[in-house]
Amino acid sequence: MRITGCIIAAIITVVLIYFLDNQQTLNGSKTPRFGFFLSPQTGFWQNAEPANEQFNGNLNFPQLNGKTQVYFDERLVPHVYADNENDAWFVQGYLHAKFRLWQMEFQTYAAGGRLSEIMGDSSNGTNFLKIDKFFRRLGMVYAAENTLHAMEKDQLVKSACDAYTAGVNAYINSLDEKDYPLEYKLLNYKPEQWTNMKSALLIKYMAYDLAGYEQDFEKTNAKTILTRKQYEQLFPYVEDSMQSVITDPLPKLKDLFIPKMPSDADSLYFNYKTGIAPLNPAIKPDKDNGSNNWAVAGSKTKSGRPILCSDPHLGLNLPSLWYEIQLSTPGFNTYGVSLAGAPNILIGFNDNCAWGLTNAERDVRDYYEIKFRDSTMQEYWFNNEWRKAAMRDEIIKIKNKPSDTEHIAITVFGPVMYDPHYPDKLHTNKYYACHWQAHQESDELGCILKLIRAKNYNDYLNAISTFNCPGQNFVFVDKAGDIAIRQAGKFPALWYRQGDFLMPGTDSSYAWQAYISDSLEPAMHNPERGFVSSANQSPYDVKTYPYYMPGTFFLYRGWIINRYLSSMQNITTDDMQKLQTSDYNLLAEKAVPLFLKFITSSKFDQAESQYLQTVSSWNFVSDASSVGATIFSLWMDSVISKVYGDELHQSSLPVPSVDPPTLIKNILKDSASLFADNINTPGHETLNDDITDAFKSIVPVLEKAKQDSTLEWAKFKDGGINHLLKIPAFSRLHLNAGGGENIINAFKKTHGPSWRMIVELTDDINAYGVYPGGQSGNPGSKYYDDFVDTWTANKYYHIHLYNEEAMATQKNNLGRMTFAK
Amino acid sequence: MKFIVVVLLTALLGYAAPLYFPWWSFAVASFIVALFIHQRAWAAFAATFLGLFLLWGIMAFIIDDRNDHLLSQRIATLLPLGGSSFLLISITALIGGLISGFAGLSGSLARKSAS
Repeated sequence: MRITGCIIAAIITVVLIYFLDNQQTLNGSKTPRFGFFLSPQTGFWQNAEPANEQFNGNLNFPQLNGKTQVYFDERLVPHVYADNENDAWFVQGYLHAKFRLWQMEFQTYAAGGRLSEIMGDSSNGTNFLKIDKFFRRLGMVYAAENTLHAMEKDQLVKSACDAYTAGVNAYINSLDEKDYPLEYKLLNYKPEQWTNMKSALLIKYMAYDLAGYEQDFEKTNAKTILTRKQYEQLFPYVEDSMQSVITDPLPKLKDLFIPKMPSDADSLYFNYKTGIAPLNPAIKPDKDNGSNNWAVAGSKTKSGRPILCSDPHLGLNLPSLWYEIQLSTPGFNTYGVSLAGAPNILIGFNDNCAWGLTNAERDVRDYYEIKFRDSTMQEYWFNNEWRKAAMRDEIIKIKNKPSDTEHIAITVFGPVMYDPHYPDKLHTNKYYACHWQAHQESDELGCILKLIRAKNYNDYLNAISTFNCPGQNFVFVDKAGDIAIRQAGKFPALWYRQGDFLMPGTDSSYAWQAYISDSLEPAMHNPERGFVSSANQSPYDVKTYPYYMPGTFFLYRGWIINRYLSSMQNITTDDMQKLQTSDYNLLAEKAVPLFLKFITSSKFDQAESQYLQTVSSWNFVSDASSVGATIFSLWMDSVISKVYGDELHQSSLPVPSVDPPTLIKNILKDSASLFADNINTPGHETLNDDITDAFKSIVPVLEKAKQDSTLEWAKFKDGGINHLLKIPAFSRLHLNAGGGENIINAFKKTHGPSWRMIVELTDDINAYGVYPGGQSGNPGSKYYDDFVDTWTANKYYHIHLYNEEAMATQKNNLGRMTFAK
Repeated sequence: MKFIVVVLLTALLGYAAPLYFPWWSFAVASFIVALFIHQRAWAAFAATFLGLFLLWGIMAFIIDDRNDHLLSQRIATLLPLGGSSFLLISITALIGGLISGFAGLSGSLARKSAS
């Protein structure tokens, strides 16, 4: 009897332990190992950081050459004073790992197509295997290997990366299981050793995010249903009113290379209204991965010193992409934001100058249709012969399942991204190779490591001259009073519309023929107008530029920034804060009066009239409490869909959407009437009908919003900042903030100004900055999201480039760490 | 008196064991304590349960208090426990207590089976 009881009790104990020591499946996702997770000695409780935590320590590592002091200021920003550069990068690696380890590793898992390894093939409705296959087939690992090769040839970069990697690993090796960041405990895995390859993957992830947007498949789909004239009207090269970044005239070159359009292009390439629609592409970065930056000369500022502003627009997540840091060595003393995962300060300032980045938005990715001899993909037809394709096997490990292998053929154009095995939906049996600038060997990190120590205009030019991909507009100011902007990057010299559609790949006639020469990518330096600016518009005047420059260029942000800057005088940093957070909607200023001209409101009911009244009297400011902004946003989408939807939906495949400026231009030119008629109805619709119907169709949506009390723009937009795993409890959702697409304050739903920086180069440097996150990546720390409210309220932190003596005596420091040999 | 000794000893060894062994190693400690300190079966269960219940509960409570309930509220929203720190601490303590209690019960009954 007692033996039975004993056995039963023992079995219950063992079963309990077994159950709680293993992950269980709940609603399609895995739970943590609950026993481990809840144990106050090992689990999440260990990540609950005391609210009064001090960050002190004396650490010794053999890889260090000297001594480094790190002071954490009251916002937990480290101010690092190293007596040599090697140690500075080591300490940056250590600090990135200490505060952002899970995030930096997770991002490289995403970039390298390894998420299935930790998440399983699918979890919580997300198909991770599909995402992994996409990144593998895009050639991300291949690209990172090429980049690593270039990085390791550059001594400056190689030694910085080696020291950085050693710093990350020094931290990882100091950890027990109980010390792992919370997300490792939730997902039940362990950090790996860091490598330089992981830094390369991070850089390629940025290239994917910023130079990975194209719509070649969608445009090819659109080509099959439109005439050439229709196509040009819906998807113009650039808008007529585009104000380019560089407004100086281009240099006249004697031996200008002119790319040759293939002789068969008219029949094989510009085959509008015919041809076979290809396929449904998988994953895209956000179209609005853009940014604003500008600089004003001393002649326009109150202090007489130049001011630089920069706010990169990216997906907003917790932990934030950015980690704020000051690095001080005998060679440089620089403050700014760094990407966790590589030795860098990407946007910032030093004792002498400041710089900021915006995305070039130029399309550097094309697809070529490959003809293989047979389905083994061993040989392909190129320039009148069968060529051998290199084969690359990408093995994707899957948690709790056997691995999956992707066989990818590599051609002269690049990896064959789509073949009959991928994606499953494709039944055309076609092969498309992806040609992408990010695949090439390149050394972007080398440029950044030079830029952080720049002292003057020439250092700046020299630093960015070899920047390759993703192309960026580098804005610059220095204490000598220079202001400058230059688009840096390697771009192909293309013929008109080259690469917008899928291209034949059986010979070299459609290949990129040359790169654009450096002298045709000039800087704009101290222009008479007293400012330089960029906001993802086209870099040069396309009417005079000798090459085709495809891209996703934005009209209104650049326009409104220039309008304000032209009229401003005696500028202060306060003025710049107001401008950087401006919610003025220039698109609405252009569109609303036009729409009102065409609307027929005589038969409107009371609700319709009331909303019309609200939007007519709106001041075009899309701030948090604006109702006009909500009405306008819905109305604009609805008009575009009424005018163009019927034509574009002739294809069941995805096609690009028509941009608002195109609609406005077409209305002004009366060519919208070309598309106003709904081709699916017997009657003849006019633009008046479309605009009126569009308005009526949004009223039920508005009435619903009114009932839910979400009529105000911030509530309607419902912007927020998601944890990288989209866990609501770790996210900051429902923020009361205005802004949006086409607005300087570009905060959309989960995307927007990821770092706002303003630097006035007074003697002691008057700088401000804020990002929507916090210095700690730990959801159990009070420094996890403490900047979010400041950011949402359009406020800034005053930031200081202190020297060590000044920093050591600050009253509210959160601690001091000493690193030595 | 014996009861209190078992409670304290379970808590002490239950804290020490996971410093060197897996998180669940406190169960072995509870088993051994109950094996060597003779009590009636229900008393052994209650004492070893209480030892871990108090250990985990008090540890979680102190950590949570110093953390201003920041993380416990997030985890209690995720699990989901309605964001209640108190409930999360209680469940933490209960799970520790249950494993320990059943291990203690096995220990106590094993001794009786042997004798």
